[in-house]
Amino acid sequence: MDGFARLKEYLSKHRKTLFAGFLAVLLTNFFTLLPPWFVKLAVDKIEAGTTARQLLVYGFWIVFTTLVQGYFRYRMRQTLIVASRRVEYELRSDYFAKLVRLPKSFYNHFKTGEIISRANADLEAVRNMIGPGIMQAANTILALMGSFAFMLALNPKLSLLTLVPIPFLSVAVFHLGRSIHRKFTRIQEQYALLSSKVQENLSGVRVVRAYVQEENEIHSFEKISRELVGRTLSLVKAQALFYPVLYFLAGASLLLVVWVGGREVMAGEMTLGGLLAFLLYLLNLTWPAIALGWVVGLYQQGKASLARLEEVFSAEEEPVGSAGTVQPESRQGEIEFRDLSFGYGADNHLVLKNINLTIPAGQTVALVGRTGAGKSTLVSLIPKLFPVKEDRLFVDGTDVTHHPTGLLRRQIGFVPQEPFLFSATIAENLAFGLVSVDTEKVARFSRLAGLENDVTDFPSGYQTVVGERGITLSGGQKQRATLARALATDPKILILDDAFSSVDTDTEEKILSGLRQLWKGRTVILISHRVSTVKDADLIAVLEAGEIVERGTHAELLARGGYYAELYEKQLLEEELERI
Amino acid sequence: MTGVSGFHEDEVLGKAYDARLLGRLLHYLKPYRAAVVLGVVLLLTSTFLTLSIPYLVKEAIDTGIARGDAGRLRLLMGWVVIVLLTDFGVRYAQTYLVQWMGQQAVFDLRQEVFAHLQKLSLSFYDKNPVGRLLTRVTSDVSVLGELFSSGVVAIFGDLFTLVGIVVYMLYLDVKLSLITFIVLPLLIYATMIFRKKARESYRQVRRGIARINAYLSEHIGGMTVVKLFGQEARSQVRFEGLSAELRDAHLKSVLYHAVFFPVVEILGAVSLALIIWYGGAGVLAGVLTFGTIAAFVQYVDRFYQPIRDLAEKYNVLQSAMASSERIFKLLDTRPEFESPANAGKVENVKGEIRFENVWFAYRPEEWVLKDVSFTIKPGEKVAIVGATGAGKTSLVGLLTRFYGYQKGSIYVDGVELKQMDVQALRRHIGLVLQDVFLFSGDISYNIRLGSDSISDERMKEAARRVNLEPFIQRLPGRYRAVVEERGATFSVGQKQLLSFARALAFDPKILILDEATSSVDTETELLIRDALEKLMAGRTAIVIAHRLSTVEKSDRILVLHKGEVREAGTHAELLAKKGIYHRLYLLQYKNVLPSAKIPAA
Repeated sequence: MDGFARLKEYLSKHRKTLFAGFLAVLLTNFFTLLPPWFVKLAVDKIEAGTTARQLLVYGFWIVFTTLVQGYFRYRMRQTLIVASRRVEYELRSDYFAKLVRLPKSFYNHFKTGEIISRANADLEAVRNMIGPGIMQAANTILALMGSFAFMLALNPKLSLLTLVPIPFLSVAVFHLGRSIHRKFTRIQEQYALLSSKVQENLSGVRVVRAYVQEENEIHSFEKISRELVGRTLSLVKAQALFYPVLYFLAGASLLLVVWVGGREVMAGEMTLGGLLAFLLYLLNLTWPAIALGWVVGLYQQGKASLARLEEVFSAEEEPVGSAGTVQPESRQGEIEFRDLSFGYGADNHLVLKNINLTIPAGQTVALVGRTGAGKSTLVSLIPKLFPVKEDRLFVDGTDVTHHPTGLLRRQIGFVPQEPFLFSATIAENLAFGLVSVDTEKVARFSRLAGLENDVTDFPSGYQTVVGERGITLSGGQKQRATLARALATDPKILILDDAFSSVDTDTEEKILSGLRQLWKGRTVILISHRVSTVKDADLIAVLEAGEIVERGTHAELLARGGYYAELYEKQLLEEELERI
Repeated sequence: MTGVSGFHEDEVLGKAYDARLLGRLLHYLKPYRAAVVLGVVLLLTSTFLTLSIPYLVKEAIDTGIARGDAGRLRLLMGWVVIVLLTDFGVRYAQTYLVQWMGQQAVFDLRQEVFAHLQKLSLSFYDKNPVGRLLTRVTSDVSVLGELFSSGVVAIFGDLFTLVGIVVYMLYLDVKLSLITFIVLPLLIYATMIFRKKARESYRQVRRGIARINAYLSEHIGGMTVVKLFGQEARSQVRFEGLSAELRDAHLKSVLYHAVFFPVVEILGAVSLALIIWYGGAGVLAGVLTFGTIAAFVQYVDRFYQPIRDLAEKYNVLQSAMASSERIFKLLDTRPEFESPANAGKVENVKGEIRFENVWFAYRPEEWVLKDVSFTIKPGEKVAIVGATGAGKTSLVGLLTRFYGYQKGSIYVDGVELKQMDVQALRRHIGLVLQDVFLFSGDISYNIRLGSDSISDERMKEAARRVNLEPFIQRLPGRYRAVVEERGATFSVGQKQLLSFARALAFDPKILILDEATSSVDTETELLIRDALEKLMAGRTAIVIAHRLSTVEKSDRILVLHKGEVREAGTHAELLAKKGIYHRLYLLQYKNVLPSAKIPAA
């Protein structure tokens, strides 16, 4: 898909404006053609002998027609360019709307920078194509046709003569354009090489310094940089021809007109005024002729950018689930994994293998295991952050694939591993899942998450904007804020993915004891590396390379003497070390 | 990661003209003075030639066509041909010359920025993300190239053209010129208003774009949170708000353009009307010729294009100023410390290392190392152990002079590090980091890097000694095999062996090794252990140890705990002590799980 079908839909919404715009272009060009005609009439009159007053009348008509022309020129921009800006706005809004509907996997393939540059550079290129591009194209075609028609009326022979340089112009532009394009690609390649050289040098700074490679690095950078200059100058050699050629051809046309036209005037076949008007029409032609190449460039860039935008617009969206199949009253918070296996890529690498786990509503289950064992993946499947096959994962007895995604997520409170806050006030962040900022609620859950004292220490309290004016929250504060944010939505299921890793053990203890009250009647899934966090859970499951290798209560697992027992032992050692 | 992105609004609100910055920029053109002068001369010539055509046309009308003198007309048209051809050559030479000059200046500047980055301290790199620094060397420099090669010249070209037209017109007829210029104050006034308005809306547009970028970057980063809390609709509404702000800023800018261009056209028409009226009357009275009117009409037509261009050039200047400000700020950053000018030569290093009451902090008063003292004898193999955050990596960072220390002294062979040339010191140190960094290039490049002094033989010998050769033999092209994307095709173990070969090829007196924590298969593990032993032989070695075999074989173990050296001795001694080391041993070196997967035979 090249995206033109989509673009057409957007344009057709503005077809009235666009129509008015084309009309304005037509009228602008018509009125642009009149002043030279008045010049011709005036000069013819001067030759025949007239009065200054009579000339003033022609002067008046010149100014008047230009005023009318100016109005339509104004309308031309106010319609065509304004419409292009409106389409840009609509496209950009829809682009974001698309982004929020795309699955998490999309963001693993596309880098943030790429997504942003599509919303800027590519969108701007498309805008240039449908705004200035369309306007100039229409303008150029009409100006060329109009001027030429008037020139034909003045002197057909001379008109055809002015066409002589045009084939040369087209051939020159075509060849130059192709050569420029090729050279430009070679520059882009070298520029990419230069970028990756710098990137590599900066990332490997420790090795460069340790092995005293600074001079060598500067030297090899110099070579790349030199080559870039060489390639750029090779482009310049071609590109520098562009304007001289243009000026030369424009001059050549002028030369022909004056020379041949002059001889006709001498022979009495044409008036001096006619020659002068002819010159003016020729001047009118120069700019549209130059603009022609520019319009072609805009179209090519716009086309490429449109295709890149289309890549995002046509990307597959997250499944929304069937609507309303789960009744609200049946939401209890029971979760069941039935022989679930899961892998991210198509490479058959399984991150989770044959997981069987039932979490009755209202229970607390803890997951422990090494980094990379699959704990985070396991919990991220519950709110359908990644697609699960059918009949593998059930919430309240219903297959998650049948749960409406939005509804399902709203009954889950999720505290992710990486605490992410928006650059809004703390209150707004805590109330992120609520319909509006409820000050009382915010304060209550902030207290429960052990954040209240920290916030009241800030000069602006809950109105402090995260990340502004040097007020940055510590890792622990951020984690507690994300906890409060999740609690505030009153979820049936609470998932804490290593949510206390940056919080010290004492604070964690306090928060947990406060939360136990709240946890009644809610299903809680805890991921942690700390035994102190998980020891009171109803069930502890140990994950190893995607499989559940141990399960039981704290006491049972200690008695078993496996990974969990070792973890416990290590924890004791660490605590001891911390005290030394 | 925070949700706050690094876009600063004030970055886009810079000035378009700053004498200090401009002066400093011009400095880069100094080596190309001759080219600059020649470029200006060519530009002036080209302006003169272009503008002489309407004059020649005038002459052709008055002395050729009007008098029916075909020979005269032919002669003058011959001149036009000569002018056109000369102008073609001059214009081409001028464009190329100016671009050449701009590219040279950009090359020099880019080289300077890159070289400067090679001097800046590691603490600077800690504070500035790679992406930001990359922008300085690439796009910021390119923007200045634009300024050098097209922006400045175009501005001068436009000015020359304006002045040239005025001069030609005055030369042809003073009175008619003055009458024609009646509209000039209006034109200047209109242009000034337009420039002011356009600048305002340009700022609003830049601000709008910056906000949208920040919002996008933040919400792409936090998309999971948006989804988890079902806030798609709300974040969409907010985005549309920002997008609408940008649209409105654009629409304002469109309005200014929509008004300005017709105004210029109308003023041009007034000029034309004045020429026809006053000039026509002059012809009737016999004081003016048709040719003069024709010339004036052409000159007036050419007068407006440069004015429009000048109004648009503002944006180019503004972004160039912003880029140069950022580049100069980087160039003005000094390294944390520099090698003393009178640093003695560091030769025949034996490899004795002594720390004396060393204190170190990344941020003031947050001490990472506290009063650290120890001595390592030449050839001694010392393992440094400690929990995460004990200060092991920092200690190594001080010895390699990546960071400066605040208190105390470090000596190598009795010479204080601060008295040494940093590079000379580093030549005697071989550093093997936990994460092996591979450069793009082939295997041999990754072993000897850019050092030509390392012969092929020595490079291959190093690879052989660290058990890397069998692996290299299997690669197509062997030592010429290309390392792809930071060594994505190599296993962790192979990468480690490669970094050992690198250290060995440089044959340092002092070896610093941060052992990788990631586990490898048994076979590779044995190869690594063997290579390690060969690598350390005959050198002073400091190893941040993660292998039990390494600590067991080291001459001495230093136990770092909370930034202090708390215990020292051999493995057996320290175990017997039942102190910190004993606990660390249980924590780190004792196999934890039976499933610490050593593949079954």
